[in-house]
Amino acid sequence: MLRLQELTKTYKTGDQALKDIDLDVPKGQVLALIGPSGAGKSTMIRCINRLVEPTAGAVMLDDTDLTRLGSGALRRARREMGMIFQEYALVERLTVMENVLSGRLGYVGFWRSFLRRYPQSDVDEAFRLLDRVGLLHMADKRADELSGGQRQRVGICRALIQNPKLLLVDEPTASLDPKTSRQIMRLITELCRERGLAAIINIHDVALAQMFVPRIVGLRFGEIVFDGPPTALTSEKLTEIYGEEDWEATIEKVEDEDEDIEAAE
Amino acid sequence: MSHRELDDMLGRGWRKPHFIKNPALRYGLTAGFVAYLIAAFMTIEVDWGRVYEGLDRGWQFILAFTKPDFLSRWSDIWSGLLESIVMTVAASVVGILISIPIGLGAARNIAPLPVYMICRGIVAISRALQEIIVAILLVAIFGFGPLAGFLTLSFATIGFLSKLLAEDIEAMDKVQAEAIRASGARWMQWINYGVQPQVMPRLVGLSMYRIDINFRESAILGLVGAGGIGATLNTAFDRYEYDTAAAILILIIGIVMALEYLSGIIRARVQ
Repeated sequence: MLRLQELTKTYKTGDQALKDIDLDVPKGQVLALIGPSGAGKSTMIRCINRLVEPTAGAVMLDDTDLTRLGSGALRRARREMGMIFQEYALVERLTVMENVLSGRLGYVGFWRSFLRRYPQSDVDEAFRLLDRVGLLHMADKRADELSGGQRQRVGICRALIQNPKLLLVDEPTASLDPKTSRQIMRLITELCRERGLAAIINIHDVALAQMFVPRIVGLRFGEIVFDGPPTALTSEKLTEIYGEEDWEATIEKVEDEDEDIEAAE
Repeated sequence: MSHRELDDMLGRGWRKPHFIKNPALRYGLTAGFVAYLIAAFMTIEVDWGRVYEGLDRGWQFILAFTKPDFLSRWSDIWSGLLESIVMTVAASVVGILISIPIGLGAARNIAPLPVYMICRGIVAISRALQEIIVAILLVAIFGFGPLAGFLTLSFATIGFLSKLLAEDIEAMDKVQAEAIRASGARWMQWINYGVQPQVMPRLVGLSMYRIDINFRESAILGLVGAGGIGATLNTAFDRYEYDTAAAILILIIGIVMALEYLSGIIRARVQ
């Protein structure tokens, strides 16, 4: 469904953030993108919806090459791709409901959005999504009154109300505590399964990625150096991605956590 | 820089590095500045005889505040005051409405370069021309009266508000705006959802502050014939009616303080 072909991004400073990336994401597949800071994870997902303009290569979403679209067509294509951000990126002075409904901006005209008169179907869907993430009672609160985990749930609703085919998720748990991080990852992967969504999740926490995601792609200096299931991510592979370090603890921890979760469920 | 051994550093004391490293230059500049300051004060001539005579006139003026005369010229004061308020409100509304698009255009992070240059140019012109100069020009064109004052204040509001609004937009949180763009929003929707909520409190605060400034300025503009309470005040001074002048000043001070209080409340509300 999504295919990156020889995707390259060179910044004006001459830094090559992405080097000839080829990646194929089938419909409904959730994958985690891991790698050290500066490896190009964030650049990669921003090149897909062109918040960052790629230098060369193609981004094929179904049969359209997103890199060749004009501004109107790009706007319509962005509706198909929901994005979830590090630090939530909610508009803090707007209410929870306005933040969720802002996911429909690509579908409604200016005056409707300006007057906050959204179609009833959009409003109903917003309520349904807020209920799904357990925040229905918060609909009229301002976004800056919410806790981190609650904000990220609103961010998830905003992405999903676009009715996307694909989720682009940038460090969803970077500023959350370990328990909330797991809840958020569980919620994202569950919702992807329910709706048959594909997702690319940038994540620092290797253990968390291994716990929830069936496919892991490792990025180093703008190149893919690992692509496989979590079980294939050995300590040698982690060394290849991140550099020399004692990885045994990380891997063992994952196994323990898996048991914990199985026991809890 | 060469590697500094810890042993050499220990026990050596530490001072913050000087802003100007070269000591000769540092002391030279300081001495030069002090010498200039002394010379500058020497050139200001003070005629002590004149000051002595003037003290009496000043004292009369201050005494007038103890018995301000609101009544004998009340109809002049009232019509001047009304004119000033009309000028202030009209100029503030028009100025603020024009400032918003210019402020958007003058923010480098959202406007393309040609638009940015034009809007910054407008801001620069408006800020370079002092209100009094603009008022003199406009009085020459439109004649005496509040129309010239209204246009002057509108023009001055644009320079002030557009510049500060643009600076606030440039300092906004980029990610919030990016999230709105990622949803496929149009440009206008992006401004309305991603930018406006971030700058609204500052826009309201600055607008209130500008209304306050416009009222005070309207009192000054009367001195050059641009209407308002300033014209009444000028007449009172010309007739040496210090008690009426005192009454007008007390009213101006009262209104400015009331506006200040009001804008404080409004700013606290919109945070």
